[in-house]
Parts: sequence; C-alpha cells; structure tokens
Amino acid sequence: MHALISRLRYAGVGAAVLLSGCNLEVLTPKGDVGSQEKSLILIALGLMAIVAIPVIAMTLWFPWRYRKANKNATYAPSWSHSTKIELVVWTIPAIIVAILAVITWTSSHALDPYKPLESEAKPVTVQVVSMDWKWLFVYPEYGVASVNELAFPVDRPVNFQITSDSVMNAFFIPQLGSQVYAMAGMETKLHLIAREPGAYDGLSTNFSGEGFSDMHFKAIATSEDGFKDWIAKAKATPTTLDADSYKTLAKPSEKAPVAYYGNVANGLFSSVLNQHMDGMSHDAAAHGEISMDMSHDAPEESMQMDMHEHQDGGAVSSNITPAKAEK
Amino acid sequence: MFGKLTLDAIPYHEPIVMVTLAAVLLGGLAMLAALTKFRLWGYLWKEWFTSVDHKKIGIMYIIVALVMLLRGFADALMMRLQQATAAADSAGYLPPHHFDQVFTAHGVIMIFFVAMPLITGLMNLVVPLQIGARDVAYPFLNSLSFWLFLSGVFLVMVSLFVGDFAATGWLAYPPLSGLDYSPTVGVDYYIWALQLSGLGTTLSGINFIVTIMKMRTPGMTLMKMPVFTWTALVTNILIVAAFPILTVTLALLTADRYLGMHFFTNDLGGNAMMYVNLIWIWGHPEVYILVLPCFGAYSEIVATFSKKPLFGYKSMVYATSAIGVLSFLVWLHHFFTMGSGANVNAFFGIMTMIISVPTGAKLFNWLFTMYRGRVEMTVPMLWTIGFMVTFVVGGVTGVLMAVPGADFVLHNSVFLIAHFHNVIIGGVVFGCLAAINYWFPKAFGFRLNEAWGKASFWCWLVGFYVAFVPLYILGLKGMTRRMNHYANPDWQPYLIVAAIGAAIIAAGIFCILVQFYVSVRDRKKLTDPSGDPWGGRTLEWSISSPAPFYNFATLPQVRELDQFWEDKQNGVAYVQPAKYEDIHMPRNTGVGVVMGAFGTVLGFALVWHIWWMAAIGLLGMIASFIVRAYDRDVDYWVPAAEVERIERSRHAQLKQFQTTQVAPVAAPQRQKVA
Repeated sequence: MHALISRLRYAGVGAAVLLSGCNLEVLTPKGDVGSQEKSLILIALGLMAIVAIPVIAMTLWFPWRYRKANKNATYAPSWSHSTKIELVVWTIPAIIVAILAVITWTSSHALDPYKPLESEAKPVTVQVVSMDWKWLFVYPEYGVASVNELAFPVDRPVNFQITSDSVMNAFFIPQLGSQVYAMAGMETKLHLIAREPGAYDGLSTNFSGEGFSDMHFKAIATSEDGFKDWIAKAKATPTTLDADSYKTLAKPSEKAPVAYYGNVANGLFSSVLNQHMDGMSHDAAAHGEISMDMSHDAPEESMQMDMHEHQDGGAVSSNITPAKAEK
Repeated sequence: MFGKLTLDAIPYHEPIVMVTLAAVLLGGLAMLAALTKFRLWGYLWKEWFTSVDHKKIGIMYIIVALVMLLRGFADALMMRLQQATAAADSAGYLPPHHFDQVFTAHGVIMIFFVAMPLITGLMNLVVPLQIGARDVAYPFLNSLSFWLFLSGVFLVMVSLFVGDFAATGWLAYPPLSGLDYSPTVGVDYYIWALQLSGLGTTLSGINFIVTIMKMRTPGMTLMKMPVFTWTALVTNILIVAAFPILTVTLALLTADRYLGMHFFTNDLGGNAMMYVNLIWIWGHPEVYILVLPCFGAYSEIVATFSKKPLFGYKSMVYATSAIGVLSFLVWLHHFFTMGSGANVNAFFGIMTMIISVPTGAKLFNWLFTMYRGRVEMTVPMLWTIGFMVTFVVGGVTGVLMAVPGADFVLHNSVFLIAHFHNVIIGGVVFGCLAAINYWFPKAFGFRLNEAWGKASFWCWLVGFYVAFVPLYILGLKGMTRRMNHYANPDWQPYLIVAAIGAAIIAAGIFCILVQFYVSVRDRKKLTDPSGDPWGGRTLEWSISSPAPFYNFATLPQVRELDQFWEDKQNGVAYVQPAKYEDIHMPRNTGVGVVMGAFGTVLGFALVWHIWWMAAIGLLGMIASFIVRAYDRDVDYWVPAAEVERIERSRHAQLKQFQTTQVAPVAAPQRQKVA
C-alpha cells in the first residue's frame, strides 16, 4: 500500500513536472519576428480547429451512433450520395484554405527573412559561418569575431549574413524567430530583433555530421552598454582571425569552447563565401588582399580575393601574424 | 582484387552490431537447417520463389515488409533509448557515428523497405482480384520487380555487418553525402540499395498501370472500378512519374562519388540545393504514393463494415486524382528555410494547403459512409477509425507547417518528426494493418484472430500518442531532430515518455506476431468457407478463399459499381456457369530470382569498387534477361476439366456452408430505408 501511494505520488510529481515545465520556448518569443510567427501559428491552428474538431467528434460519434447493435438508429443501406453534403464538405474546407492562403501570402512577405526590419535604430551586421562543428560570428563593423557566442543589443535589428564553410546547416535561435539554411558558396540572409535581454539558446537545425549535436551557441541580447562591453572584451583578445587561423579553426572539432578574435582580416566572410570558386580570380592588384587557401580538393591552388568591399569600420590590416584558434 | 573490401570492414569493435550479427547468423542457420530438415526447399522454390502468381508475390512482399518492420523498429527503439538517456553531460550508449547510421537506416528502411513493399504487396494481392483479372499484365516482370526489391533489402542488411551504412539522414543531402564528407561506403550502400529496389518499383508501376488500364473484366468501366483500384492506379502513375527522378538524382550523386563529377559538391560549380530540389520532387509524390492506396483500403473497409456503399464515390475518385496532380506542385515546402523568395514560398505553401481540401473531402466521405450505416467494430474498422482521428491531427500540423512563417520556427524540429510520423503511422501503417486484417482471409482462407488484433490496435494507438505528443511539445520547446545528445536537461522527461510510447508500440507489434501465430494455430476455427467473410461488396469476395490460382473461372460481367453486392441482393451471386473453358496462365520462372541474385552481386561489387565482380553481376543480369527473352515456353493452358473440378468442390463447400448458416453473413436483408 505504501509502495503504491509513493508510486502514485511519484507519478503525480512526474505529471506536475511535465505540465509546469511546459515552457514552450517557440511560443514565448523575445523578439518581433518570433512574436509574429507565434500569432501566425495560433491563428492557423484556430482556423483549422473549425473543421478539425467537428470531424474528430463526428468520427467518434458516428460509429457509436450507427453501431450494429443499435437497432434504433436509421439504416439507409443504399444511400451513398447527397449533393448538399458534398457541397458543404468541399466548400467549407475550401473557404478556410482560402482564408489561410491570404494569411500565408501576406505573412510570407511580411516575414520574409531577407526583408530588413523597419526600425529607427541602426542595425548590427553579423556574418555567420557554420563550420564543422561550431559557429563563427564575424562583426565587420567592429572588426571582431567570436565562436559559439553571439551578442547584440536589444531593440536594434540584427542583419545576419549566413554561409557555411563545409556542409549544410541551419542557423536558428528559437526564441527570436525564423531559421535559415547555411550553405557553402551561398549567402543567405536573416533579420531578427530582440526585445528582451537574455541569453537565448541557438543551434543548428540541419544535420551536418558527427559533431552536429554540440553545434549550439548562446545568443546574448543585452543593453547597448552590455553590447559595448562585449565588443570591448572581444577586441581585447589578442588573437587574430586571418587566412591561417581561419584554416585552423575550420578543421573539424567538437564542443568548441567560446572564443573571441580581437582582429579580423578584411573581407574574411566574402573569402569564405568564395573559397570554392576555383579559377574565378578577382582583380587582386590594388587592395590589401589576403590569400585564402581552403579548397577541399585542390590545396595547391591558392585564390586571390579582393577583400575591400565589405569593410566600413574597424577594419584591420590583413598583414598580420597567424594566430592559432584558442581552445 | 576485392576493391575497398578488407577484413577491417567488419565492425568487430561494435558490440551491438556483433551481437546482432551473431543472432542473425544463428537464426539464419537454424532456419536453413529447419528448411532442409522438413524438405521445404523444393516447395519454396517451386511454389513461391519462382512463382509469377500476383497473390504469392504480394504475400512475399508483405512478409519481407513485416520482417523489415522489425529491423526498422529496432532502430527506432535504439534512438528513443539513446535520446531518453543522453541528456546534459551523458553521452548515452550510442556514439554519434553509430547513432547517425541508426536514424538514417530507420528512415530508409521504414519508407523503402517497409511502407513501399506493404503497399506494393497489397496492390499485388488485391488489384487483379478487384478488376476480375487472372494475373497482372506482365507476370514475369512482377516477379523480377520483387527480386530486385529484395536485392535492395539484402544490401541494406549486409551494410550492417560489412562496412557501414550512410550516416547522412534518410535523403542523403549533399554535400554531406558527397565523397569529401562521407568517404566510407555507407552512402554507396544507400545509393545501390535504392537504385535496385527503385528499379523494381518503377517496373511494378508500369505493370500495374497496364494491368488496370487493359485487363479489367468486361463491363468494368473506369467509373465502376473499386476505389482501392482507383487509388492504386493513381499511385502507380505517380510511381512512374516520380521514381525516374529519384533514379536520376541518385545517378548524379553516383557520378559525383564515383566519377569525380561536381553536380552537388561545394566546389567547381556544384549545387547541393539542386539535389535537395530534385530529391523532394520525387519525395513529396512518394508520400502520396504511400498513402493513397491506404485511403483506398480505408474506403473499402468503411463501406464493407458500414453495410453501405461508399458515400460520394465520384468525389472520392476526383479527390484522389486531384491529390495525385497536386502532389507534384508542393515539393518546396520541405525547405522553405532555403531562402527562396516570399512569392515562391507563398506559392508552395498555398498549393500544399489546397491538397488538404480533397483530403478533407475524403474524410467526410468516410464519415458519411458510416452515417446511417450498421457499423461493425471489427479489427479493420478499428484501425480505420483510429486512422481518421489521428490523421486529422496530422493534417492540421501539416497545414500549419505549410505556412512558411510558421515553418520558419518549426522546420527540422521534432515537431516535424511528430507530424510526419503522425501521418505515416496514422495513415500508412494503420492503413496497411487494416488492409492486412481485411484481406488476409482472401490470401490464406482463414481470418485473423480478433482479440489479438484489437490488442495490437490499442497498443499502437496509445503508443503512438504517448510517443509523439512529447515530440510535438519538444518541437515547440526548440528541440531539433537527429540529436545524438543534448545539453538541455528540460527535454529529458519528454523523451523518457516518448521512449515509453515506443515500448507500447513494441507491445503492439508483439501482439501482431502473436495474432499471426494464434490465427495459424486456430485456422480451422477461423476458416472462411464462403470466400466472403465480411459481407463484401467487390469482386474479390465472390471467389473462394484462398483465391484459386486462376482467380476467376469465368470472367465476371460488371454492370454496377459494387457488382458482387448487387448480385447477392438479387440472388444471382455464386451461379455456376453451364460450361467452363480452358484458362491461359503464365508459367513460373526462376529468371527473376537469378536476375535479383546477379543484381545483388552487382550492387555489392559497386559499393566496394570490385569491378570484375560488378561486370559479372551486370553481364549476368543481361544474359539471364536475354535467355528469358528467347524462352518460348512461358505459358500454358489449364484444361476446362481441371477448372470444373476445382470449381465444383468450391461450390459444394459453399452449399454446405450456406445450409449450415442460419442467417448468412454474406447477404443481409435490406432493412428499414431512411
């Protein structure tokens, strides 16, 4: 008896944990994009419930009402057509789908991840590179970079430029909204904004191999001062991210610890983006270019990249000593 | 000499694999010994392996599918166990390399080697019987399809013990599946297993289209075809339209891996997203290839057990055809997050939602078939009702994810996993189990045990919800799919519940096995002497159970949709013809087995780069096909006297049964009309 009661209590505690612990991160967004997506989910579910709930109820009720043993129920052994019913069962779902289609059209445009967010505040640009198996975040405006940690001020739009160093991944911070694929040789864009400070979980949602499960990072949404401090902390780190240290960093590794780079070579992101474009050399005569040499199958061919185009602030010389990615 | 194959290819260091290997070897040896001891080899070879009889081929498909279900489900249990334990700092018991192969194999096996053979098997068993045909249009091709499929199965199973399997996810997205990131033979096993079985599927698709278009019994116009046959027709059109895309896509990946080409690589202009597009242009129709025949089976079942014609037959046909066309216009909803523009995303989202209209109409049609019926709560009917409830939930979550804005936060999460298991288990697995319970008597001459059937249904239904509702919740908590371990301890309780759900489903599978055992044991008691155990409506129930090898002694004349039901109502069912005629039948052949064996050799050799062996495999296939092409002895005539003898005994049995029945189940009287 005692055992039973203690077991019941255990079960009760279990159920309570399950229910009270039911904090649904995707449905408790901390930014505008996530909020819109949350209401989109709830509206769509509500619309569909108009059809789904009656259908489930009828599915349970009809076989019970017309069960073989119930001789009181009407039996119409050859009845198999009713234009009225057909009209209703095609029209009502069609109307609901039409409403959903309008919502889909407008929301797809409103929530297009490529569309910059409207805001008075000046956006922060973050260049995201998914690697085997960690995340590199480059802040071109500040000339710093970080691994597996991302920071940005609240209430300021963040413009993400995303690519992959190797295989496909997807960049996702569930509490802020939309995810977008990271693909080698291609740049995708994502625009997010946080409205509440916090350290949110971020992760890759597209399987990318052995170290995939540890490809998560913290996205720190903080005050302007907090962000300045974070940038200053990164700047104070004596390591530099250039072609050589990038190459070291890009080597497959799992559970890479958070790391900062106080200096980032000019145009690193675009050279990552273009690293596979063998034989497509740019005019490399004039500017402070670096030689990137990261081709997977042609290590002998180096590639001269024009590196000036992305820089507008905090640019550092590319004439720098190689530094190892710190562990 | 042996290409990349060395003794190191055998994973000695993985105890789980080695124990499985030992069990398979011992079990296999025991089975071989038993077959030899009871002298069953000749019987199996003559009556089954070389058979071109569509019913036997159908049964073999289903048996292989059920065996592979055990393998695929073992993978599922391993994953659930891993995720239930690998929280926070724990790494669980499966290292990533093994876990990644497990979830890849689970997906590949469940789709290609469980769901596909289940529906192909059911179509084989049922379609010719429903349309009053004596076999499929190309009986040898049918046998070849089966043996090619089996060589695919064989390669997947061998990959467990020799080398490894793909660790890329079930669709093997490049660049991860390219040589740079997957240098082992895993992806090659994947490619050749799918190419061989895919070839079989394409051939069988052609076979069934011709069968349905050309071999219907006199009077059966398209709009008098049973609904299951209609869904089979649409499914096979989808197969013929979609599977070549898979073949080409995999061939391009093969070119990347074997010939150093760059269709999908990162460098030299390759584009991985081209692969993702192509594979889903096949992959989305594939979903409907699987589910449409199940819709057909539900339609037959719900009409039979409601003792009413199917409500809205015509709208059912139009809905099926509409789904077939629309299924080719939605593929991009599998990757809204690729970054295509808002117009493109919105288009594919809206097309996806439009599919829910004909699908919803189908649900209503089943509902109104039960309405004012006399519903018998048999095992197939339970599966059908369980399906209807479950499928509505799956449909709702599916339409939700068709909204690109919602998909942006749900994509690739375990919410997605819960959604597609919701429609594939709730739609396809429930449908195939319903259909197996429903048509089993026609295949074997006795019914399946009801009690164990009901037990398996309840275990599956409850187990499904316990296993997948937590995944829906976890998806909303931001958990993504394919995680070997996770840092967030909040997720663990849900994953423990999901593992319990999987264990309940395991009990459901166990009940099915017991159901088969008990039914075979009690087959005398469960016998079906009338050939019409459920009071059926379509032609397959008019003949004996099990069906005679020639199916129909005389081809039935069809004037109505449910001809057999009408005949029973009018008292003209079971009328013996004045005179029987000789019947033209295809002769059994072992060429399918031989070609399948050479195909296996070819596939294995290509996986390991053993070129001389590949040449033997390919030349062997071509040579056996040529030999077959020149074989003129491919058919024979069953003399009328032999047909008459078989039919006499059938009718004698039927008479005896009808006189012993007080109220024949086969022909209930017309009751109060609404």
